[in-house]
Amino acid sequence: MKFLRSFLDKHKPAFEKGGKYSALHSLFAGVTFLYVPDRVTRSGCAIRDAVDLKRMMSVVVLALVPALLFGMYNVGYQHFLATGGEPGFWSLFLHGFWRVLPMIVVSYVVGLGIEFTAAQLRGHEINEGFLVSGLLIPMVMPVTAPLWMVGLSTAFAVIIGKEIFGGTGMNIWNPALLARAFFFFSYPSRVSGDKVWVDGLADGVSRATPLAEAYQGTPFTHDLGTMFWGLIPGSIGETSAFCILLGAVLLLVTGVASWKIMLAVFIGGAGTALLLQHALPDANPYSHVTVARHLLAGGFAFGAVFMATDPVTAAQTAAGKWIYGLLVGIVAIVIRVLNPGYPEGMMLAILLMNTFAPLIDWCVVQRNVARRLKRGKIPA
Amino acid sequence: MKILTAKNRQLLLGPLNKNNAILVQILGICSALAVTAKMEPALVMGLSVTAVTALASLILSSLRDAIPTRVRIIVQLVVVSALVIIIDQLLKAFAYDVSKQLSVFVGLIITNCIIMGRVEAFALANKPWPSLLDGAGNGIGYAIVLLVIAFFRELLGSGTLFGARVIPRALYNWGYADNGLMILPPMALILAGVIIWIHRARNKELIEQ
Repeated sequence: MKFLRSFLDKHKPAFEKGGKYSALHSLFAGVTFLYVPDRVTRSGCAIRDAVDLKRMMSVVVLALVPALLFGMYNVGYQHFLATGGEPGFWSLFLHGFWRVLPMIVVSYVVGLGIEFTAAQLRGHEINEGFLVSGLLIPMVMPVTAPLWMVGLSTAFAVIIGKEIFGGTGMNIWNPALLARAFFFFSYPSRVSGDKVWVDGLADGVSRATPLAEAYQGTPFTHDLGTMFWGLIPGSIGETSAFCILLGAVLLLVTGVASWKIMLAVFIGGAGTALLLQHALPDANPYSHVTVARHLLAGGFAFGAVFMATDPVTAAQTAAGKWIYGLLVGIVAIVIRVLNPGYPEGMMLAILLMNTFAPLIDWCVVQRNVARRLKRGKIPA
Repeated sequence: MKILTAKNRQLLLGPLNKNNAILVQILGICSALAVTAKMEPALVMGLSVTAVTALASLILSSLRDAIPTRVRIIVQLVVVSALVIIIDQLLKAFAYDVSKQLSVFVGLIITNCIIMGRVEAFALANKPWPSLLDGAGNGIGYAIVLLVIAFFRELLGSGTLFGARVIPRALYNWGYADNGLMILPPMALILAGVIIWIHRARNKELIEQ
């Protein structure tokens, strides 16, 4: 590996100002993507950690891999379950792989293309902010989403959600969820109902997600075990609570995601589900859904683990994280049960709380300031 | 006497670009969001507002020496609301369908910040002819932005322009779909933001520090 480093170091001057390839300066971030950057702090005191933004992003990508691979398998599984035929494991997986791969490619090409252009225009280096978003975007979409819609949603999320606020780290909303929200409100028939979650459905055949069944009040097709392992219709990455759990373990062990937020989302969601189940038992069919089913169904687990914990858009203070997480869980379940419009509320809940996260932090900090000022007063 | 001196021309044309009420002064945004889902109501709204601002400026400028300063707001309101009611009745008589689409927003022209803003800031301190030009210019500037927003919203949201199909049916069979978000009010706000973005990128002196 040494020769790679010396190769990169040798060619670095060519990409700096005045160098041969200086027009492509924004590309050279590739070096720091592979290695620790050679820039060091020269003055003042600074605490540096070997784990920087790039390493954090790589960990999140790794954490997403189980859910992604399982999502590919599940796409194939649902397809052959609906159309008949009993191929082996590999043909199931490959079917899903070839369905999901183009979506990932489109999302990365569009997103990185825009990030690269923006970086060139501003004279920044490209950064890895899009690596995670680019993988998350296909994972929160139904497998039947047309590729141009995936591309358009990605472009909207990156330009309107991220670049106009100043790029990576400056965005108010989670870019992947913004892409899904754009998709959801722009083309509602392609991302809701019971025809879009499984590819290759014949006319007249439908496959409802557990949430849609809860919403319509029809009997549940899937038991809790199937929902935990994830062989249910749904967005590509969201179905398997087990694989999301694997990702969550990795995120928590490495300390990349905040356990406070994750736990708070689940507590908020479970508490609200329990409350609504007992307080409004006859409001609508949805209020009979048990707590476990609520937490396993739809995007709740996926959102709690991978979206709500996004360090850029979540609350930053310790107390703020608890408030933010609890409210995400509460709002998600309230939207699910009490809103007659949408069967799923996780996306809207996280986007709403993203909006309020800076306010929550501000209140926490002000309260702290006030408390310390009070303590510091000298009694007259 | 020249009808359009350089100064007067600036009064008429300035609001179309560097002094635009929506893009630069960020006035009149509310109605810009509400009536721009289709071209036709946007056009009618733009014309109505232009007529009201121009005439209100003209009338109030002619009366400016007779109006006691203390009661000027109420006099302005009387004149503007009289004009708005006339417009409303005209629309009901001659363009009933559009009038129904615009519904309450015709009546709400009276609350449009641009009208009171121009009357207060310009007409009460200037002669009738420049006031008329200033009012007309600001109204047209408003109408142009409305039409640009409505153009994109109707084209991408419904595939039509002025109700006539522009995006061919064949495209829909290939998998194209109308963008539902374009019809919703948030998209008007985003489009207005994008237009302001482009406008400032082309007029660097407008960028605030």
